[in-house]
Amino acid sequence: MEEYLFLMHIYVFVLAIFVGFELITKVPPTLHTPLMSGSNAISGITIVGAILSAGMEQFNVSTILGLVAVIFAMINVVGGFLVTDRMLKMFKKK
Amino acid sequence: MKAVIEITYLVSSILFIFGIKKLASPKTARQGNFLAAVGMFLAIVATLLDQNVLTYEWIIIGSIIGALVGAIMAIKVPMTGMPQMVGLLNGFGGGASTLVALSEYFRKNPNYPVDTGAAFTLPIDQGIAIILSLLIGGVTFTGSLIAFGKLQGIVTGKVVKYPLQHPINLLLVIAVLVAGAYVIINPDSLGLLLIITAVSLVLGVLLVLPIGGADMPVAISLLNSYSGLAASTTGFVLGNNELIIAGALVGASGIILTIIMCKGMNRSLMNVVMGGWASAGTTGPATTTSPKGQVKSIDTEELAMLLDAVSSVIIVPGYGMAVAQAQHAIRDLMNVLEKKGVNVRFAIHPVAGRMPGHMNVLLAEAQVPYDKLYAMEDINDDFPNTDVVIVVGANDVVNPAARHDQNSPIYGMPILNVDYAKTVIINKRSLNVGYAGIDNELFFYPNALMYFGDAKEAITKLVNELKASS
Repeated sequence: MEEYLFLMHIYVFVLAIFVGFELITKVPPTLHTPLMSGSNAISGITIVGAILSAGMEQFNVSTILGLVAVIFAMINVVGGFLVTDRMLKMFKKK
Repeated sequence: MKAVIEITYLVSSILFIFGIKKLASPKTARQGNFLAAVGMFLAIVATLLDQNVLTYEWIIIGSIIGALVGAIMAIKVPMTGMPQMVGLLNGFGGGASTLVALSEYFRKNPNYPVDTGAAFTLPIDQGIAIILSLLIGGVTFTGSLIAFGKLQGIVTGKVVKYPLQHPINLLLVIAVLVAGAYVIINPDSLGLLLIITAVSLVLGVLLVLPIGGADMPVAISLLNSYSGLAASTTGFVLGNNELIIAGALVGASGIILTIIMCKGMNRSLMNVVMGGWASAGTTGPATTTSPKGQVKSIDTEELAMLLDAVSSVIIVPGYGMAVAQAQHAIRDLMNVLEKKGVNVRFAIHPVAGRMPGHMNVLLAEAQVPYDKLYAMEDINDDFPNTDVVIVVGANDVVNPAARHDQNSPIYGMPILNVDYAKTVIINKRSLNVGYAGIDNELFFYPNALMYFGDAKEAITKLVNELKASS
């Protein structure tokens, strides 16, 4: 099973791309900027990797890199979701 | 515990998918963004429960700093600065991927920090993932910083050409891949790994520097896609499905927007990435045979009188509106015209502004209802039945040469057919050329009238005149 793990990840990746295409083509042009900033925030999911790197027991190069990664990813996540919300609040119908 | 964590990641992935799904309508979009944020929160909590997370102080310190910086940026940024903001956020995502890949490399090395004498072997799949993470993450990081600089005006918005541009970039990519293969076979080559990182960072600069200001919608969309792919490659490094899924969703989103932007300019992605209209731009103005003739202009008073007697108006905003911050003045114009019983609508070209949907956000900020904003294909047939079109700060996207002049560099680009309206008012500061570097023959059309002046000042004057006359 272990040797097929990588293939399973490729599976998931390809299927997710298809889901992405289906979802995104339905977003109207008027929301393209919030779509970008919102999806941008989602790509901040790298925070998961950053936390794993920063949370190791002994303090070394790995943890320092992890700490900076946490800062970067957190800016991405918090900044992205907040600014998207700020924009979407303004979209009103007559 | 492992199962709980995995199930939480699954729930989080589903929330991301539902969140994006709800972005399909302005009514549910805000809720969708909230769902995605909840998904992110769950993913973070699940990760904190991971048995490999042993200390929390650095995570907490990093999170507080990052959250504060992100929140301040999100609250402070003006709506006109949104393209820069998105550019910068892309960069942070890419930078995080690069850092995580490097950190994982150190973690997998049994001889670091203490030499145990054990052999360092890197499984080939993880090796590939680490190298791709470094490459995509690095390009995204510095490329986004350059894009930010260009949009902010720190780096020149012009098309930058350097000798042997394409061979150099191609060579660098090949060098990274070859060096990467070597590192996978000999994982101990730390120096080479750092060189790969450095070259990837340089590559990001070299790739985005040649792209001109008005091509930024394409560049930002593409970098958006890269930031997603970088998250996916990090997922492959960690063997984490949620990162792979979330990254793939964002990657797909960026690619779709990139394609839409390219279609809006009738150009191939290659053409934009290679440095754009520059080849045409340098010779364009001299060789294009634009019909010279009489340009007629109109002053505020005459324009107010003209608008007093019409029933339908379409406003066409462009990047000039953003530069002049004229969106609030334009909203006032809409209100005063509607009070007179005029049907006012907005026509938005897909590449108007500096990022996809730029105009829509600015007009939404000025409280223009979104159901008054029409995409090009939905309104283009209505121009012949329209009394007056007011073009504010747009140029190339309304140039009729795109329809018929095969020698024009913008030939074939879809345009808004504003010249079919009874009267076209063009608000501009001067007769200067637009981004494509060509004259706009529309200005010389018999039904075109120039209304000169800074967009904000001119439109405000017009609004006051209209109010006074009613």
